[in-house]
Amino acid sequence: MTVELALFIVLAAMAVSGAVSLILQRHPIHSALSLIVVMAALAGLYLLLGAEFIAAVQIIVYAGAIMVLFVFVIMLLNAGVEERTSFSRMARYVGLPLAVVFLLQLVWWAAKVPAQAAQTTQALTSTRSLALMLFREFLLPFELTSILILIAILGAVVLAKKEPV
Amino acid sequence: MVPVSYYIVLSAVLFGLGVVAFIFKRNIITMFMAIELMLNAVNLAFVAFSRMLGQLQGQVYVFFVIVVAAAEAAVGLAIIILIARNRESLNVERVDLLKL
Repeated sequence: MTVELALFIVLAAMAVSGAVSLILQRHPIHSALSLIVVMAALAGLYLLLGAEFIAAVQIIVYAGAIMVLFVFVIMLLNAGVEERTSFSRMARYVGLPLAVVFLLQLVWWAAKVPAQAAQTTQALTSTRSLALMLFREFLLPFELTSILILIAILGAVVLAKKEPV
Repeated sequence: MVPVSYYIVLSAVLFGLGVVAFIFKRNIITMFMAIELMLNAVNLAFVAFSRMLGQLQGQVYVFFVIVVAAAEAAVGLAIIILIARNRESLNVERVDLLKL
């Protein structure tokens, strides 16, 4: 077993156990911390795949900014333990089998991807070529995302504003 | 070298766990986190395919997905704050009426 495969197994186990823990935890803050573990593990996997820039963005934007926002809102709203209601039995009796079938089908399809070993190309891994592509081929989408973010900021401010009443 | 199919299977498992979390959790914030988990799973598949095909487009798409996730988190959390203020509960089963 190579070092890379061992690293992959450790990181994959971390990610999956984090995701399972997200489901099992009853308190939202514990779920949020589990999600941060998943994101850190994914950043490690991106490094293994040779995508350093994406790994850095994953840590800085996802685990840093977005999850801090989540934790902040959970604390702001003083969210407590999830209360149990029995309003919808549909979710339990239809949702669970459906989810399991969906999961199995996804794995079935994914396993059919040709087991081709990942090849290393130095040009592929460089952040420089990623930047060139982003600012040449994808310049218009890139500028459009800045407008999207501006709209999102405006929307968040308008929504969260205190009512004048 | 780790075969790319391992990464794709891991991505599928994470996505499926995200779906399960979305269906089972009753807390609106946790459901929102399940959506983030699914987005992350898709990102992993993008990067793995980008590696397999030797092309960088996949990583650019991941970049855009992260941007959209950030925008979504900002607006979504503002909506969650509004719901929590109006209903005084974060349980989605208590948000079943359009009218207050």
